[in-house]
Amino acid sequence: MATTNTAGAKPAAGPGAARRKLWSAIKLHRFYYYLILPGMLYFIIFDYIPMFGVIIAFKDISPFEGVSAIFTSEWVGFKHFIRFWNSYYFWNVMRNTLLISGYKLLFGFPAALLLALLLNEVKHTGFKRIVQTISYLPHFISTVVVAGLVMMVLSTDSGMINAIVVAFGGEPVHFLGDPAYFRSILVLSHVWQTVGWGTILYLAAMTGIDPGLYEAAKIDGASRLRQAWHITLPGITPVIAILLILSIGGLLNAGFEKVLLLYSPSVYSVADIIDTYVYREGLNKLNYSFATAVGVFKNILAMILILGANYVAKKMNQTGIW
Amino acid sequence: MSAMKPAASERVFDVGNIVLLCVLSLMFLIPFLAVIATSFISAEEAMRRGAFILIPEKLDFGAYDMLLNRGMIIYNAYKVTLFRVTVGTCLNLLLTATLAYGLARRTLPGRNGLVLIIFLTMIFHGGLIPNYMLIDKLGLKDTLWVLIFPGLISAWNLFIMRNFFLTLPEELEESAIIDGASPPVILWKIVVPLSMPAFATIGLFYAVHHWNDWFSASIYINDQSKMPIQVVMRNILLSGLLQDETQVELIRDPPPAATLKSAVVVVSTLPILFVYPFIQKYFVKGMMVGSIKG
Repeated sequence: MATTNTAGAKPAAGPGAARRKLWSAIKLHRFYYYLILPGMLYFIIFDYIPMFGVIIAFKDISPFEGVSAIFTSEWVGFKHFIRFWNSYYFWNVMRNTLLISGYKLLFGFPAALLLALLLNEVKHTGFKRIVQTISYLPHFISTVVVAGLVMMVLSTDSGMINAIVVAFGGEPVHFLGDPAYFRSILVLSHVWQTVGWGTILYLAAMTGIDPGLYEAAKIDGASRLRQAWHITLPGITPVIAILLILSIGGLLNAGFEKVLLLYSPSVYSVADIIDTYVYREGLNKLNYSFATAVGVFKNILAMILILGANYVAKKMNQTGIW
Repeated sequence: MSAMKPAASERVFDVGNIVLLCVLSLMFLIPFLAVIATSFISAEEAMRRGAFILIPEKLDFGAYDMLLNRGMIIYNAYKVTLFRVTVGTCLNLLLTATLAYGLARRTLPGRNGLVLIIFLTMIFHGGLIPNYMLIDKLGLKDTLWVLIFPGLISAWNLFIMRNFFLTLPEELEESAIIDGASPPVILWKIVVPLSMPAFATIGLFYAVHHWNDWFSASIYINDQSKMPIQVVMRNILLSGLLQDETQVELIRDPPPAATLKSAVVVVSTLPILFVYPFIQKYFVKGMMVGSIKG
């Protein structure tokens, strides 16, 4: 063992000593590694193996081959990506994805802000709490129930909306099968389900505003509307900005399950999004490689959006989601 | 006189605001109320009054009788869902908490690398087909475990939990070490009791997810006896029929399809709506914690 005394009596740290030190630190933390092990195994098996599985996007895999085909089959390069890029479906699913989630943002985002402003003006705390509780309710029900409610409310023979249409002398409309209405239905039901829950962060930010500002405004004779406009809104601008930027990161997620539950071939032209296209190509038509390629394409775009959004958020406020 | 003016306009503002919020609250509630009302309409009344009925003349329990007394399908689905909610949530919490606690050790060698490995799973996924192939090859299809294993740990919940552990004062642990407590004893006797609020919040996140999840069961389970309530509900909503032995047994005056559909929505949503007022505040808390960066 080579120990060179450089400074006083302390044994210096050679590479061997450093390794020993690390080894003893690891041994000291033995218990914590045992705790971590099952969780890490979970991520390796259920996240990293599928991540590795995206190589099938660059091969021709059919579900009838064995698992070894993933390794032995020939590489086909970007064939599937190019086919997707050139297909009729490319622009259709891209447009639908961006339009549906864009409309959701356009209407859902201000709706939550507006509801938060209204709730903030309520002085009676009991009433405020009741309205909040009711407005959170739709957040807790499953997508299947939301889709079921939509189908029942819009049903042609027993639905509430068509009952109103008929009462005014109209003909019942098959709303869910009509491309003119489908996106509006998705957006409206989205706003209905998320607007209450979306107020939580705004309301929390509003409680942090200095009450002295309102006192001063009142003495100056500012009306409640002006107070909301000149004090409340500027007071929560940082929260609004962060939430807006971060929601840009999710722009490619247009609500897969709800579209899948509500759409039908007659509205594919306006309803088919990237995720539903992947689902049909992969699990119905069994084009495993092609569907994976489309999924990888979406994932890479989404990654750019998320990292970009987070970068901007950090620049602005020093608070990203991570 | 001029002092009265703002007070009057204030009142108008307050009343207008309250009326507006009452109308909005009704909008949130009406779809639920309409479904509950529809679930009580008999075949005879639907024939006579037709179309949409807001208030039934008399409460007909035919649809509930059909769902709950004439077939095992709903009970079975409930059993599957209860299994995944209880067993699933316990395993979720166990694995999430142990991993989060380990990764919350500031002195752990390799900690940052491990956190990065998990973080990467949040921004890159294998996608639908590679996941499907994996589940298939693991032999999990058509087993109850497929409802539990693939979602054992949510990276998001993991980081919330880890942030919580990071806020526990280090002195607590130091004094326990001086008293001679070993790491497992510290975890079990000190950390776990202090972490009950975090366990409640994260556990509820997982439990509601298990209750509401439909998609994974819909692609991985074909065996009707293993379908959770969401899948069974979806099938009834699509067909308006109970897909089991009750169809053989002829029922006189079966309830209209809309009534049956409404009843199944009520039966599968009621439990959540009952516990919802009690768990709501934990969710709000969890939402706040999740939004604060650690």
